[in-house]
Amino acid sequence: MTEHPLSLTNFQPDADGLITLAILAVGGQGGGQLTDWIVELAEANGYRAQSTSVPGVAQRTGATVYYIEMAPDRGGAPVFALMPAPGDLDIVIAAELMEAGRAVTRGFVTPLRTTLIASTHRVLAISEKLVPGDGRLEGAPVMDALEAAANRCVALDLQRMAQETGSHITACLLGALAGSGVLPFPREAFEAVVRGSGRGVQASLMAFARAYDGAQKGEPPHAATAEPPRPAIRGPEALQRRYQALTARLAALPEPVRALAGPGLEKVVDYQDLAYGAAYLDRVEAAVAKDSAARDWAYATALAKHLANALCYDDIIRVADLKTRAARFGRVGAQAQASPGDVLAVTEYMHPRGAEICGLMPRGLGRRVETSPRLSHWLDRAVNKGRRYRSDRLPAFLMLHALAGMRPWRRRLWRDETETQHREAWLALADGRLAQDYDLAVQTLIARRLIKGYSDTHSRGLGKFDLVLKGMALVEGRADAADWARRLITAALGDAEGEALRGTLATIRSFA
Amino acid sequence: MAERSFAKEVEQLRIGAGQEFRGEGILGITKALLECGVGYVGGYQGAPISHLMDVLADAQDILGELGVRFEANASEAAATAMLAASVHYPIRGAVAFKGPVGVNVASDALANLASGGVTGGAMMIVGEDYGEGSAIMQERSHAFAMKSQVWLLDPRPNLPSMTKAVRDGFALSEATETPVILQLRIRACHVHGAFEARDNQRPPLSVAEALKAPRRSTERLAMPPFAFRHEQEKVSKRWPRAVEFIEANGLNEIMGPAEGKVGLVLQGGMYNTVLRALRRLGLADLQGNSRIPLYVLNVTYPLAEAEFLSFCAGKDAVLVIEEGQPNYIEQSLAHMVHRAGLPTRVQGKGHLPMAGEYQPSVMLEGLTGFLSEHGIAAADPRHRAPNDTARPPLPDLTPHVPLRTPSFCTGCPERPIFAAMKIVDQQIGPHQIACDIGCHLFSILPPFDLGGTTMGFGLGPASNGAFDGGGERRPISVIGDGGFWHNGLASSIGNAVYNNSDGVIVIVDNYYTAATGGQDILSSRAENRSKITDNSIAGAVRGVGVKWVREIDRTYDVTKVRDTLTEALTTPETGPKVIIASSECMLNRQRRERPQRNAAIKEGKRTVVPKFGVDEDVCTGDHACMRLSGCPSLTMKALDDPLRDDPVASIDESCVGCGNCGEVADAAVLCPSFYQVDLVHNPGRAEAWIARHSARLIAALQRRRAARRLILS
Repeated sequence: MTEHPLSLTNFQPDADGLITLAILAVGGQGGGQLTDWIVELAEANGYRAQSTSVPGVAQRTGATVYYIEMAPDRGGAPVFALMPAPGDLDIVIAAELMEAGRAVTRGFVTPLRTTLIASTHRVLAISEKLVPGDGRLEGAPVMDALEAAANRCVALDLQRMAQETGSHITACLLGALAGSGVLPFPREAFEAVVRGSGRGVQASLMAFARAYDGAQKGEPPHAATAEPPRPAIRGPEALQRRYQALTARLAALPEPVRALAGPGLEKVVDYQDLAYGAAYLDRVEAAVAKDSAARDWAYATALAKHLANALCYDDIIRVADLKTRAARFGRVGAQAQASPGDVLAVTEYMHPRGAEICGLMPRGLGRRVETSPRLSHWLDRAVNKGRRYRSDRLPAFLMLHALAGMRPWRRRLWRDETETQHREAWLALADGRLAQDYDLAVQTLIARRLIKGYSDTHSRGLGKFDLVLKGMALVEGRADAADWARRLITAALGDAEGEALRGTLATIRSFA
Repeated sequence: MAERSFAKEVEQLRIGAGQEFRGEGILGITKALLECGVGYVGGYQGAPISHLMDVLADAQDILGELGVRFEANASEAAATAMLAASVHYPIRGAVAFKGPVGVNVASDALANLASGGVTGGAMMIVGEDYGEGSAIMQERSHAFAMKSQVWLLDPRPNLPSMTKAVRDGFALSEATETPVILQLRIRACHVHGAFEARDNQRPPLSVAEALKAPRRSTERLAMPPFAFRHEQEKVSKRWPRAVEFIEANGLNEIMGPAEGKVGLVLQGGMYNTVLRALRRLGLADLQGNSRIPLYVLNVTYPLAEAEFLSFCAGKDAVLVIEEGQPNYIEQSLAHMVHRAGLPTRVQGKGHLPMAGEYQPSVMLEGLTGFLSEHGIAAADPRHRAPNDTARPPLPDLTPHVPLRTPSFCTGCPERPIFAAMKIVDQQIGPHQIACDIGCHLFSILPPFDLGGTTMGFGLGPASNGAFDGGGERRPISVIGDGGFWHNGLASSIGNAVYNNSDGVIVIVDNYYTAATGGQDILSSRAENRSKITDNSIAGAVRGVGVKWVREIDRTYDVTKVRDTLTEALTTPETGPKVIIASSECMLNRQRRERPQRNAAIKEGKRTVVPKFGVDEDVCTGDHACMRLSGCPSLTMKALDDPLRDDPVASIDESCVGCGNCGEVADAAVLCPSFYQVDLVHNPGRAEAWIARHSARLIAALQRRRAARRLILS
């Protein structure tokens, strides 16, 4: 906890009518345009104004600050400052949530003085995207602080408003500024500036109005909050009846397990078939039988989640299946916002390696190829290259369609054999730990989260999974084994190179 | 074509006496040059002075009407050398570049120019890239003025003062036969304000007219024996005349009350920050009326000794407000007071920090300390305000707010080059990588983390010189097309040829000096109405003797870049291996193509708009693609699926369809999640027919399969 630098600054209307305003934005968000608008607005309404900025490399996606001062024109030339000063700002406009947070950390937002206008959407920073797991910083602590830090806080998802009105966030920021009423100019004066800009005026005015209303009345309910009703299950009668028989078994599961086993069952059946789904449910039920409510069913819940993912390993059949579905075609079309009469050309970027093709072979053949260095090298040389497929055209579609059609044979292919072996070993390990160390057994299941991706990424994930299991084996039997297991998983998810994971392992080796 | 067009704004350059000029500081400076009857202008772009070059380029019609010659010089050295036109001819000339790095480059020409001196007014407008927002090392240009004995103007950062400084500067230059530097800080360059205009003046003698009657005088030659005389003349004539001129014409300003216990001596550029701090202390008002005497140095070199000493008279102490280090001004002023035997104390660094920008809070603190030391009670609002004990202190948000470093723009053609380099590093092992100045320098930041040094513009390959002999793995250096033409062809490429370098040189050619705002250079592909473009980098490289040259004309082909790099790193050939990777800067390309594309769509012409997408069911949320990209449009999205913990990749609406995602996924063998959608507006009839019938057959196949399985969602 730090004391706010100038939390004692009292708000007194400035005798000269000076208004100070800073705009914090991410480079490319149009902070310069907003600055020009506000200066124009002030000058058209009897004020003298000055703006400054620091263009340069920060404009290339970095954090940027624009600064405006204005005062009623009473003759003479006011001496305006060139930089925002902590504790000396009347208005702060932040075009993104974390930039609002940055304004607070820089002391620009003062409790007794500053009106903060912030867009609550996120533009993720590079550091957040690089993490193999979930590297996103939490927005909640920042959101909470904004209210406390500002005299008044207008926080709205202005980016969404801009998207919904087909405009740019700049117009929304101006609208929210107008709606906040903090500047002594009427709404019409703001709109006149937007009209004067000449480009995309209608959309800008709509965006302006949405944000204006939002600032005055609070955010309208999210347009998409009303979830579309789930489409009914479709398909042949016989299959539907058998599926209902499976879903009926879900009802007998304890609540927390059911919450994951439901989607799990759906995923598994969608991936393969009803028999696969039944086998999944058998495993989940068996886990429930060994688990107890006293433990909140943590083991069975983790199993329901991670087993479903393990069963649905990513292979060529699955990719081909997902890419050739009608629903997927609809999604691609909607995202492209095609008008009637437009044509969509969809190119898939694929790069299969020998290993993936080998996985598609029948068990015996696949094993022969994979165990023979000569054969697997030959196969890899033959197939390992980037391929672009036009899935909207018949030749490529037919090929993908045929690959997807291999689904019924999947259980007899080489990849399924290797996956099954790996999966069974993992489940046995977790099961074996259940009696001695319940928490460690749960963590053993959770470690499965590390395996994801395709090709090299998949092998790297497997490698990390193996390392984490090795680490768990080292601490097995200790009272704090589960804590160490948790640490190992977090470390493995934290960085791609595996530095953190190796570090944690080294620590474990130092005492185990 | 530069990133920002001033075509509309430059019309204001035509206004005449009595009219009010409104605009950016840079634009005001340009107007003042025309009002001063300047005969030629030039310079080299670089923040914060880039817009001045853009304004000049956009104002060529107006310049032409007045008979003013505009050169987009090849470097700051070339720009300063051009001021040679003012040596023998009574023609005013001005060039602009950034400081201190541009001044470093210019210093050879500057020293020569300063030695012989000038007849016509010669001005260097230096945008000092110092403090917040700066992209370079933190130094001062001040020392260059001192060592070459040229005069340094640092006007108050408002348009009337800055434009007056242009007029004063030319007059001072001519009165003392000495070139002058007009120094502007970052924010002053971009400050928006107004001033009363004057009429533009045609140069009394134009450069074209001067060619009719060439002049020469060996007296001005910067070589012995004249150079010895120049040195004497600098201190015996030019300097005293400068001080006399400064004092006689009131270039520096004494403001505030005539009497006072203490006073403030400040660089002109510090004025607004000082006044705001005084106002917050209750010692000045918004109109600039200060209750503390101020001595404002609009000329920071040379210092006017008599003027300063008379300001000191009767004062216990003065505070010298001088930004940056060393504190040349404070040292000189202290020396003057000491020599004169005055009791006044000269204070400065100590109350104010030795290094770093004088931001508002630093200034407030420094002034508070100085004034309270001398018994002046400052009315700090912090002390007047009632305590607000009702509110709990704010939590520290620092850990919750991510750093936001600049990076390659969406669709940048340099991203795939470094993605390929990173893949090569992962495959072959890490390499010694030397960087250069330009957008490509973002390679040193995440996600690429490639390279660790930059030694100056065009000097990337030269900075790998010690490694030129080679070793287990070859050294790699990067240079941009801007740096290549600025200095690199001779200093880096020629150097590598002559020394038989074993290194690999990657020339990043994006058709512009992109980092400075997209100005044209020799190899730009764009047609430029007054400059000759489309000159070949490969031709120049081969011309200086490079044998191994590979040209990549589409950097987005990551596989090709990777393979070319690998070849360069492993080929048995000796001598430098040069890869020229060319694709147009996406920022400029979009600016150029988007209006054309929209017009074409409206006119009913066939137009293809590419975009990328991610199949969120296929993506597993590993983010390996982002570790090889960092594209702003490639972001993440949390799925509404309890089975999945990690957010998946997602491409937002800002995607320009450059192809990097798909190419990287291919070259690094990542995953099949990426797809490209080409939206074809106004398709041809055959194309539409094929699409319609393909879609119908595909839909039939989809229906057939869907009918045999369960559709669960």
